[in-house]
Amino acid sequence: MEINPDNMQLFSIGIIKINATIFYTWIVMALLTVVSAVITSRLSTGAKIPRWQGALEVIVSFVSGQIRQVTGQDPRPYTAFLGTLGIFILVCNLMEVVPLYHPPTSSLSTTAALAVSVFFAVPVFGIMKNGLWAHVKSYFQPTFFMLPFHIISEISRTVSLAVRLFGNIMSESLMVGVFLSIVPLFVPLAMQAFGLVIGVVQAYIFFTLATVYIGSSVSVHGE
Amino acid sequence: MDNATIVAVVSIITAGATIVLGTMLPAYGEMKALIKALESITQQPDASNVLSRNLFVGLAMIESLAIYCLVISIVLIFTNPFWNFMTTAGGK
Repeated sequence: MEINPDNMQLFSIGIIKINATIFYTWIVMALLTVVSAVITSRLSTGAKIPRWQGALEVIVSFVSGQIRQVTGQDPRPYTAFLGTLGIFILVCNLMEVVPLYHPPTSSLSTTAALAVSVFFAVPVFGIMKNGLWAHVKSYFQPTFFMLPFHIISEISRTVSLAVRLFGNIMSESLMVGVFLSIVPLFVPLAMQAFGLVIGVVQAYIFFTLATVYIGSSVSVHGE
Repeated sequence: MDNATIVAVVSIITAGATIVLGTMLPAYGEMKALIKALESITQQPDASNVLSRNLFVGLAMIESLAIYCLVISIVLIFTNPFWNFMTTAGGK
């Protein structure tokens, strides 16, 4: 049984081998980009807005509302990055019901890339908000000797972000495969439905944790 | 028993023990967190938004420990590196 979509080679362009992870990531990216571009090509500010514009506005206002609640700050600088993370993971997980689709998030490469981007976004947003000196000083709070512990916590939370998402989605698709070989009728359907719930919850948790990390970085430490 | 059999037996037993301990103890921790959160929500329904968000974040933290164990036992059963080493030329 193949549990790693990195090893499923679909086709190759020249010498570059395209595996399932890359291919389905491209599909999700294209889907999100095309749908957003089509909807935002005709926005209106009148009393009657198009139906799909309303849907996008609900998503954006939900994301910025969540960021405002967690960080207690103006959400505008962070909405693009965190909202993209959340929506990308959500669509990756939810498209699992499409036949022949392997969620890119069930590969550790994808989740590690997402977690590493959060790892770099935390100091970048902190420096943009508070300046370089204040951010460096926050690593030495409350005393100088806390520096190794701050570094360990940054690395370990990045690893746990990646492994949590990977483990949940991978185990869910593996579970469906195992049940398919034991009870081929109806039971895998229930597992798929449960997998949709897991996918939504994991996307929300990844988004919330990234928000919490960035929020703790941009709020002023120990003043 | 030859070496490959020992590796297989140890891998299977370890996978089972990992998943047992790794779900039992995080489940206990999640139970305590859930009890406290539900008690707090019934006492202060106004704060349920903040409470449930913090509950989700905390549960995700605890849950990731269980996920580590799940990943290890899945690796031991499906893609065991030691078993692959034993069954290819290296172990002979």
